[in-house]
Amino acid sequence: MPSAPLVALRGVGKVFPTGTQALAGLDLEIRQGEFVALLGPSGCGKSTALRIVAGLSEPTDGVVEWLSPADETRSGNRLGFVFQEPTLMPWASVFTNVLLPLDLQHKSAANSAERVSAALDRVGLTAFRHAYPRELSGGMRMRVSIARALVTEPELLLMDEPFAALDEITRFKLNDDLLRMWQALRTTVVFVTHSVFESVYLSSRVVVMAARPGRVFTELAIDAPYPRDQNFRTSPEYAAHCRRASEALAQAIAAGGEP
Amino acid sequence: MSDLPPAHSRESGNPLPQYQQRTGPPLSRGTTEAHIRPPPTSLHERRDRALRIALPIAVLALGLLIWEMAVRIEDVPPYVLPAPGLILQTLVADWALLSNSLLVTLVTTLEGFLLAAAGGVGIAVLFNQSRLVEYSLYPYAVILQVTPVVAVAPLLLIYLPQQAAVLACAWIVAFFPVLANATLGLNSVDRNLADLFSLYGASRGQVLWRLKLPSALPYILGGLRIAGGLSLIGAVVAEIAAGAAGAGSGLAYRIAESGYRLNIPRMFAALLLLSAAGIVIFYLLSLVNYLALRHWHESALRPER
Repeated sequence: MPSAPLVALRGVGKVFPTGTQALAGLDLEIRQGEFVALLGPSGCGKSTALRIVAGLSEPTDGVVEWLSPADETRSGNRLGFVFQEPTLMPWASVFTNVLLPLDLQHKSAANSAERVSAALDRVGLTAFRHAYPRELSGGMRMRVSIARALVTEPELLLMDEPFAALDEITRFKLNDDLLRMWQALRTTVVFVTHSVFESVYLSSRVVVMAARPGRVFTELAIDAPYPRDQNFRTSPEYAAHCRRASEALAQAIAAGGEP
Repeated sequence: MSDLPPAHSRESGNPLPQYQQRTGPPLSRGTTEAHIRPPPTSLHERRDRALRIALPIAVLALGLLIWEMAVRIEDVPPYVLPAPGLILQTLVADWALLSNSLLVTLVTTLEGFLLAAAGGVGIAVLFNQSRLVEYSLYPYAVILQVTPVVAVAPLLLIYLPQQAAVLACAWIVAFFPVLANATLGLNSVDRNLADLFSLYGASRGQVLWRLKLPSALPYILGGLRIAGGLSLIGAVVAEIAAGAAGAGSGLAYRIAESGYRLNIPRMFAALLLLSAAGIVIFYLLSLVNYLALRHWHESALRPER
């Protein structure tokens, strides 16, 4: 079960140049091996918090602390990031897209090809390695994006509403596959979503955020055991967790006031 | 895994099954019948394509016929208006002279085009890499563009050897669309992709070669398509301007020279060759555009339906 802390946000605030206060006094600790969902209404700064963890955005207040030394046994770098859109290079094949992180770090070509193949195999797209993103469905493109994020075997996988644009059937399937990959790779995931059901199904901990300014409102532990599957989705236990999360979200929205 | 690729997937060499799957008749029609029936759009498409070729040709034929008849019936002398037949005869008779001139103009055009392509893309990359350089030089690029090249050509002919002046004119008119489009393209990079590159610690060079230039490629090719026609215009303008000085041998010079000699059929023949050159240049560049973008860019993809 979750053990040593991996990364922590301490008193993180973010004011955009336009003057918008996106985050204020955000405290959040991510432990190794956790699956944390950031749940909140739009405008609560959950994506901003994720970008700050990724180092894509600098906090204007507070600090991001990496609490564990870089794990030498892992061959890749620390972070993987999956955006809301698949964000693939349209001019490059699936294989080249997944290769990108290794390519940018000048990894040896032979080794890289193997790792790309493994990553594509993990998301079930081996047969489409030479296809272009245009030729794939939305769900398949998102799989490519996940394969690319996992190809470096990151310690921390950051996902910014990755399945928001997908239909429910595809989303459920990807949820299951994501859980499977998370368990197989024993990585840590922070998953931003505005879906109560998705957050409860996936995560071991739901962090509910409130808006204006963005902050942690409350946390819920989802102590149902993994692996989770269709049975969990229809269980009374799942329904109970969802109800608690919904109530917490409703309170968070009320606490955030009108936009 | 379970999610199906859309109909334009490369796996579907034959679009028929998918077509039937999406918009085919209700199942009661029977699947065998549905499968041998060709998609109704293909016939319509084929007729549409045939019309797109046949109609302009018909218009051309009709126009030429009227022209020929008018000249014959009114007995217009060839130094006023030569008939199409005579122009064609002149084209054949003067082929040695005209084809040499065509070659000269084409070489100038090609050189001007290549310089414009290299200059336009090069300057755009420079602007993209350094804001200070952009601020310093962009206004002059605009000035170069907005000053009519016809007015600049005589000056260039004073200071440069004729061939260099002609080339400079071709470059001046052709480089700006490449520069403007390439600049737009380099600034149109997907922000998330740019974030991804920085997340993985990409160097400036990697961002330029792996991200910015490929993103800009459709824009650059668009600019080149305009530049192709413009470099021909630039070359022609300079040749005409130089024509008075008399040492040229390009097609435009032939037009000017034939004008002085009232050899109107040859003027038309040379003009015909210039148009043909322009058309060929345009279609060659369109082909390059298509070949480079066909796998991935919206502009080069055929509609699904």
